[in-house]
Amino acid sequence: MKYTFSYKLLPIVALASASNVVYAAGQGSINTYSNEFNPAISLILDGRYTDIDQTELVLPGFQLGGEAGLPEQGFALGHNELALSASVDNLFYGQTSAALAYHDGETELELEEAFIEALGLGGGFTVKAGRFFSGVGYLNGIHDHAHDFSNRPLVYDAFFGGHLVDTGVQASWVAPLDFYLNVGAAVGRGSEFPGGANDGNDKGNAFFVKTGGDIGSHSSWQVGASYYRTEFDHRESGGHDHGSHEEDAHDHGHDHDHDHGADEAHAEIEQALHDGELDVVGVDFVYKWAPNGNSRETNFKFQAEYFVRNEEGRTEFNEGENSAEALYDGEQTGYYVQAIYQFMPSWRVGVRYDGLEADNTFSEFAGSGIDQDEFLEESELASSENDITRYSVMLDYSPSHFSRLRFQYGSLDNGITDDGMFTVQYIMSMGSHGAHAF
Amino acid sequence: MTLRSLLFGLGAFFSALTAVPVLAQVNVFACEPEWAALINEIGGPYVKSTSATTAFQDAHYIEAKPSLIAKARNADVLLCTGAELEVGWLPILLRQSGNPDIQPGKLGHILAADYVEKIEVPERLDRSMGDIHGAGNPHVHLDPYRMQKIADVVAQRLAKIDPEHGAYYGKSAAEFKTRWQNAIQRWEQQAKPLKGKRVVIHHRSQSYLFNWLGMDIVADLEPRPGIPPTSRHLASVLAETKTTQPDLVVVSAYQNDRGARWLSKRTDKPVVVLPFTVGGTKDANNLTQLFDVSIQRLLEALPNAG
Repeated sequence: MKYTFSYKLLPIVALASASNVVYAAGQGSINTYSNEFNPAISLILDGRYTDIDQTELVLPGFQLGGEAGLPEQGFALGHNELALSASVDNLFYGQTSAALAYHDGETELELEEAFIEALGLGGGFTVKAGRFFSGVGYLNGIHDHAHDFSNRPLVYDAFFGGHLVDTGVQASWVAPLDFYLNVGAAVGRGSEFPGGANDGNDKGNAFFVKTGGDIGSHSSWQVGASYYRTEFDHRESGGHDHGSHEEDAHDHGHDHDHDHGADEAHAEIEQALHDGELDVVGVDFVYKWAPNGNSRETNFKFQAEYFVRNEEGRTEFNEGENSAEALYDGEQTGYYVQAIYQFMPSWRVGVRYDGLEADNTFSEFAGSGIDQDEFLEESELASSENDITRYSVMLDYSPSHFSRLRFQYGSLDNGITDDGMFTVQYIMSMGSHGAHAF
Repeated sequence: MTLRSLLFGLGAFFSALTAVPVLAQVNVFACEPEWAALINEIGGPYVKSTSATTAFQDAHYIEAKPSLIAKARNADVLLCTGAELEVGWLPILLRQSGNPDIQPGKLGHILAADYVEKIEVPERLDRSMGDIHGAGNPHVHLDPYRMQKIADVVAQRLAKIDPEHGAYYGKSAAEFKTRWQNAIQRWEQQAKPLKGKRVVIHHRSQSYLFNWLGMDIVADLEPRPGIPPTSRHLASVLAETKTTQPDLVVVSAYQNDRGARWLSKRTDKPVVVLPFTVGGTKDANNLTQLFDVSIQRLLEALPNAG
């Protein structure tokens, strides 16, 4: 009975909806609903299996911050990222992206970027406001899922805690010339790593200039130079990474030949940099080649960046009852060089070489229950005599524009130990078709 | 503050540099060679156009490279295909250009496919079907009737942007129409033997041409749009030729012809390389030649071509 009844109703329902459709078709367009104005949404899924012995990233001479760290051993999620973007009106564009991270039974939502851009200014000017990846460097503005390796170059982890991100205003200007020349300047809070808490939340300044062009019909290049500075009252140190565990800190390669019991030492180390200031100068270069500029079949990319960071401040170290203070002056350089070759459609191979060097000096050491050598080792501020180097090789396969599987091997020599890491990673993108910059 | 004075100084420096004199010509940023060619036909000496891509590039897969940002920065008009063909790079290029005149919704922003009906509109949108375009097949320039409509749109838009030479654009569009109508008649006469012929294609880049000429697409070498041919898929295309009975295997100049050659060898059906756009072959140097060459190459490849 019931079935017959609903069956009889069906034609009426169909008629009712059909009249709606006729109206829309008569206008030559589809009915627009309120969700037509929804922003473009894209979701990146990133998961990996990592074979690694270490649990914590140790780079002697560098106090780590931001997202610097190592992935977890075994299966883990990477940066699962949700991004929304749309034109706000005829003058503004808006975009926000957030990373969803899961570890130790907890899900974290991290705001990566949330900014607006004024596109109606004219004269080649664009102004960005909000929280965004700074225009400093080449790779800095590119989200991790669009990188060519499963981990960021060491210099980005060591100097910027992953990416140099700031909240503020950035103006850039494209010159009215036959070739590309882009000049930009920004002011921001300057409070995120490598910066720190400051009174006015306005101490960060960035400047950058980029130029580039084509060489014949096969190649394109871009060269950039950038500068960033900030000063701060207080900067906590200690890397935050989705994969590493605080309680495992120091439970790794380097020797613990001091008197403190392991458990006591591990949980209670606190360190900070006070009254600090820093600047970073960098140059970047990218060269891309494809036969006739058609990258579908084969293409090649060479990319290199070099940064010098100077920072100074009063470093404070606490380990249980013991404490120490010293004036710290660090001069650090870091670089990476990489080459990626797509040898046939869907398949790419790549190599990367990373280097870091720290030259840190200390003065006016004052310790209570701890001597200068112990302080230098525990604080990880002592620059190693050996440079830190890492090489990585990768092979990835992209069945379509939207999916990628990657195999990567890397070996990091931090001057103390030499450790390998093997990663299998997937990166998938769903939703609106992404657009990537050069 | 030093920073404030620095920013002020930079601002003053930039505004001095940006005070450029009024351009004598309308500067056109065309995404593809066919649109550069079209706007040249209409605008003659009053436009200066450059194409962002060449006939040997796949307009779906290029990047917002530095040279293109510089060109977009200085453009008065942007003329592109639209229908999501340039979705992977044009939005970011526009944002980086700092040029409000060519942003979406402005007079200087023309997407050709917006003004004509599209074919092959997917009934269902799902990426499991490949890199499909929700708006339909974007390669509208290979139908001369649609090209005519777009030529009118371009002429009207040029007249609004550069009213000083409005009369010229109107006259030039009318002349183009006469030339074009005659050419269409000639092409349709020439192409009569092609009617009903069955083609295997690499990608749906020539659908409008085949649709116009009454030819049937019986198989695609790409398993899904944008996915390179796989050996398994090629084998199934080959197996199906018993029933699909293709006459020709067609690729565009910018596409890899390996799959097509493979199929051709096993079926004895000739491979035809079509220019796809202006500059795709040495003898396709303008829009008229693009159609001349395309039809001529298809005719020559037919068995018993006379």
